[in-house]
Amino acid sequence: MEGMNQDSVTLDNLLIVSEGPHIRSNQTVRRTMLDVIIALAPAMVGSIYFFGFDAIRLILVSCISCVVFEAGIQKLLKREVRIGDLSAVVTGLLLAFNLPAPTPWWVAVFGAAFAIIIVKELFGGIGSNFMNPALGARAAIMASWPEIATNYVNPDGISSATPLAILKAGEGSLPSLQRMFIGDIGGVIGETSALLLLIGAVYLIIRKVIDWKIPVFYIGTTAILLLLLGVEANNIIYHILAGGLILGAFFMATDYSTSPVTPKGRIIFAIGCGLLTALIRVKGSMAESVSYSILLMNVAAPVIEKWTKPRVFGEVKKNESR
Amino acid sequence: MSTILENLTFKGGVHIPENKDLTSSKAIERAREPKTVYIPLQQHVGAPCEAIVKVGDNVKVGQKIGDSKAGLTAPVHSSVSGVVKSIKKMHTTQGIKCDCIEIESDGLNELDESIGVKGDLTNLSKEDIVNKIREAGIVGLGGAGFPTHSKLTSAADSNIDSFILNGAECEPYLTCDHRIMIEEPEKVIFGLEVFMKYFDNCAGYIAIEDNKKDAIDILSKASNDKNIKIASLKTKFPQGESYRIVDSVLKRVVPQGGRCKDANSVVTNINTAYAVAEVIQDSKPLYERVITVTGSGIKEPKNLLVKIGSTIGEIIEQCGGFKGKPGKIIAGGPMTGIAQYTLDAPIVKEVSGIVVFTEEEVKIDKVQPCIKCGKCIEVCPVFLEPLYISAYSLVGNMEMAEKYDALACVSCGSCSYACPSKRPLKESINHAQNEIKSNRKKS
Repeated sequence: MEGMNQDSVTLDNLLIVSEGPHIRSNQTVRRTMLDVIIALAPAMVGSIYFFGFDAIRLILVSCISCVVFEAGIQKLLKREVRIGDLSAVVTGLLLAFNLPAPTPWWVAVFGAAFAIIIVKELFGGIGSNFMNPALGARAAIMASWPEIATNYVNPDGISSATPLAILKAGEGSLPSLQRMFIGDIGGVIGETSALLLLIGAVYLIIRKVIDWKIPVFYIGTTAILLLLLGVEANNIIYHILAGGLILGAFFMATDYSTSPVTPKGRIIFAIGCGLLTALIRVKGSMAESVSYSILLMNVAAPVIEKWTKPRVFGEVKKNESR
Repeated sequence: MSTILENLTFKGGVHIPENKDLTSSKAIERAREPKTVYIPLQQHVGAPCEAIVKVGDNVKVGQKIGDSKAGLTAPVHSSVSGVVKSIKKMHTTQGIKCDCIEIESDGLNELDESIGVKGDLTNLSKEDIVNKIREAGIVGLGGAGFPTHSKLTSAADSNIDSFILNGAECEPYLTCDHRIMIEEPEKVIFGLEVFMKYFDNCAGYIAIEDNKKDAIDILSKASNDKNIKIASLKTKFPQGESYRIVDSVLKRVVPQGGRCKDANSVVTNINTAYAVAEVIQDSKPLYERVITVTGSGIKEPKNLLVKIGSTIGEIIEQCGGFKGKPGKIIAGGPMTGIAQYTLDAPIVKEVSGIVVFTEEEVKIDKVQPCIKCGKCIEVCPVFLEPLYISAYSLVGNMEMAEKYDALACVSCGSCSYACPSKRPLKESINHAQNEIKSNRKKS
């Protein structure tokens, strides 16, 4: 018979037996975080260009502190040390981005400790925190050292009012739109360049790391409500480009664990962020409002998620089944 | 020439590297005659068969050797001519343990007298069609193994207006449906016409993912029936899941807890239609089928026509053996197939492929905490929240898992595939389904 002299196949090792699916995508948490870091890179380079050594100093101190605090607290709580997932680096970058250039180094260290230990790890670590760690830290710094947290300087190092403060006060001269777009304006180090932030945002959307609907609905709602509240149409573009709205909408409101997971929930969350941002800017006492708007919506996210549970395919409507 | 409906699809799902080029251009080869086959008496959904032969009996190819009086069952046939050596319990490729009839082949391949009698569809009544399909032991060959005669009779009163042949073959790696479509288009169409006749000349669709342009082309040219349309589906997993295909092709929603017939449609696999054509035209029962033997761990990937009851080892041997060290052997596709622990398991009717991955390729990923990225929700074709069902299932809270609609899961595995944290989403949801169902039985 044919095949008689063929070697028969044998197994000399044990096979893995597990339930399907037997293949997995090559997307990992680390890769996702790396994508966010890559997306933040243009704005990081921009911040160094505009704010020089201060930006390098804050970014390094903030990132290193976040990683060290994360490893330390995880060791202390006898959890697995997960600094390899790079999420602490993302928090560090975003925290630095939210500080004005003259901020002393120890404030960045405090912020990192607050973000990682209090906001993130004590609430269960990655995926379990209910508030954006970097924004939580910014709020804590704002409450503790308000003059440091709002010591906005222009790229030339001179303290100055931000475009939003000028708009709010109704006096002073606004920078040109071109300078606004490129980022040659006063503010925290990572928020000023809409152009560089948008380059990163496009990358994140193409890589499918973030859902485009959150920033679009957020910024759209802000613009519409500002118009309804009587802000001049000419000034709307300043509102969009200033005050960290681009940074907040694309990089912070899209934070996974602090925004709803449901598709409808994400839209409601984004609209909520937009409403609060516009309301605080026009009716509130502060000129800056993105951080608090996102933080407030972070707290509402779990409830929004429950309200917006997707309807299961083929689900029979309650009144139809009767 | 049949009309082609373009770009049909459903919401959700995931794009998976296809890896079909290992075998998609390889013509179907007949496997060499196995020395011994083990015919399982349970190769289908429903009651197991009882052996109707004894140890020592001589049997011929296509001879019925197991049957049952139950309604939901399908008889089994010998795939070789030779002597019954034993009837013993074995694990089959479906992961169940059941009685298997061991038959030693005499190498003569002598056909049973009943085989080869030419048949004609025009003279057959509905009852004749169902009886022939039942006697031939035909079951759904896409992987479900539901007896085809039961599928027809259970839908007979449901005003079926559309019959869909499922040639999506959305599982990566597999190409057995693809090859049958391009090598046997007339028989595939004939099989469809049998089904259409059974449902009072309803409309017929052949649904094919658009990564198989040649099959779409060949089938649309081969068909002269105005009532048959070719549905070109976007390539996306799980396009071939039956409720998804009804949604894609007919834009109808199968209600939760319902069946395709509740959307006035019936779906069956391409290879099933081919098997039906063989029984109606040539009185040939289902004792062999085409499977794709492939994967990085196989030396010469092939599409093989194998006899039911051949062992995995016997089949892999004919594909040049292993390439490197095998780490995982899967019966079926890599998304929904069943991992094997031995080379001795016999192939059953619903197995559409053997996929072997090397040891390096199947390293088990470390499970990380859920980061709530929502990818599982994006890809879920039934719009579940897999992260929460899984979380409740893993802590044993089955009431909450049920509240989050665990029972609506179709086990496609898209969520587990897409999860960046490599969490066992589908696996734990299936666990919840089993728990919920068994709790219901208890109460």
